[in-house]
Amino acid sequence: MITLTDVHKAFGNNHVLRGLDLVIPKGESMVIIGGSGTGKSVLLKCILGLVHPDQGTITLEGQDVTRGDRDAFLARFGMLFQGGALFDSLRVWENVGFRLVRGSKPMNKDQAREVAIEKLRRVGLKPNVADLYPAELSGGMQKRVGLARAIAAEPEVIFFDEPTTGLDPIMSGVINTLIREIVLEMGVTAMTITHDMTSVRAIADRVAMLHDGLIRWTGPVADMDAAPDPYLQQFIHGRAEGPIESVR
Amino acid sequence: MIGAVLARIGRPVLAVLAGFGRVVLFALDTLRHLLTPPFYWREFWASLLQIGWFSLPVVGLTAFFTGGALALQIYSGGSRFSAEAVVPQIVAIGMARELGPVLGGLMVAARVASSIAAEIGTMKVTEQIDALVTLSTHPMKYLTVPRVLAATLAVPVLVAVGDSIGISGGWLVGITKLGFNSATYLKNTTDFLEFWDVGSGLVKGAVFGFIVALMGCYAGMNSGRGAQGVGAATKSAVVAASVLILAANYVLTGLFFSS
Ligand SMILES: Nc1ncnc2c1ncn2[C@@H]1O[C@H](COP(=O)(O)OP(=O)(O)OP(=O)(O)O)[C@@H](O)[C@H]1O
Ligand SMILES: [Mg+2]
Repeated sequence: MITLTDVHKAFGNNHVLRGLDLVIPKGESMVIIGGSGTGKSVLLKCILGLVHPDQGTITLEGQDVTRGDRDAFLARFGMLFQGGALFDSLRVWENVGFRLVRGSKPMNKDQAREVAIEKLRRVGLKPNVADLYPAELSGGMQKRVGLARAIAAEPEVIFFDEPTTGLDPIMSGVINTLIREIVLEMGVTAMTITHDMTSVRAIADRVAMLHDGLIRWTGPVADMDAAPDPYLQQFIHGRAEGPIESVR
Repeated sequence: MIGAVLARIGRPVLAVLAGFGRVVLFALDTLRHLLTPPFYWREFWASLLQIGWFSLPVVGLTAFFTGGALALQIYSGGSRFSAEAVVPQIVAIGMARELGPVLGGLMVAARVASSIAAEIGTMKVTEQIDALVTLSTHPMKYLTVPRVLAATLAVPVLVAVGDSIGISGGWLVGITKLGFNSATYLKNTTDFLEFWDVGSGLVKGAVFGFIVALMGCYAGMNSGRGAQGVGAATKSAVVAASVLILAANYVLTGLFFSS
């Protein structure tokens, strides 16, 4: 379980998070929705300690994330970055297997390569991409390599920052199914940011909507359509008219 | 009025001092990570190849032309008081003590500080540094330590090669244009040159290599956002490395030779 309590974060005068509270239950799939620039990516980075909140506490299984052994803490996480963030000096399989050949129980190269190729297959990539460099792949392929890297070491908690952006509808379907499978089969706690309402319905156990630095609405995905919140309704139906200003 | 003038002068001075302080802290942090495991050998060998081997042509060419020009200058200057014969000795001492390390260091600064800053800066803006952290790999250990160590070890070797090429450049000009006898030229060079002339230059080279890689990594790690941020980081890495090399050269020369 991940708990965020009264989290604040500002960049200069830009107050992105303004006292946010959120609970992500263990083994569930939480989807974060919200307008562009509302701080969804910043929220994930705060949990990982890549961005330091100005105020507030974040705990994982009751333990403050800023205390204790950072390596052990991070070893429990996998993260797909919004931009992929692949290491462009390394081959695709070396990216995917990056954690496997390091850390406390390192695999040898051949094993890591095999696991990497298997993970690539799960995100719909053929083995022959394994020896290419990230720059030789299309945007959607890079995204999927990032996804394979996030799941490669089979972490307990995985964050997906827009996993289906830039993918064709069929590939989006494949990725949605994959994320769902990972949560159900391996008991992973997943936190996904997406703007794609089809993905939301396919992936989520629970949904949280971020607006104005706070969680505007959160609840089971089944309750989403019937929820009376006008902000949420405007967002999920993609209406230009409503309480959310279109110039932000 | 005077207050405003003082503030005008004081603010940039304070900014430079604060920046220098941050670089010193960064250097100490680098040393701390160098001394604690893990050490990334693969990154180290790759950096050594990149910084050492691939800098050879540019350092060699610079040294060659500098040695040649130096021979011409000393000959024409020396002729004013009939001292043309000192060309081999002065070329050797000038190359080994000053021009080899300083020009080598500056060429490496142009070539290596810029490329390190651009590479690490790009990694920063494309979140690759964040990705390293989430994969439990410390960016200082994985990126900074191998580059700084490789440059500190490679630049003295480059300086040694540059010294030899520079002295050869002087010799070539000496025997083809200035009428020196080849054997005499070489004998004068080897008899005159002392170990510390060359050794001090190599020590300088190690310090300059350290400065170059450190400034490249520092600028890259602190790069601003976007392509503009990377551009600014690259520029400041080269400028800072070059100025620090020249300043360090003055300090080291004072330490080594002023007694
Ligand atoms: N390192 C940073 N420095 C300064 N400002 C930042 C930084 N990171 C994020 N921001 C600002 O924080 C705000 C939220 O950014 P964030 O990336 O979290 O948005 P987002 O909700 O993920 O949007 P999108 O859906 O477009 O990805 C933006 O206004 C952004 O400019
Ligand atoms: Mg985002």
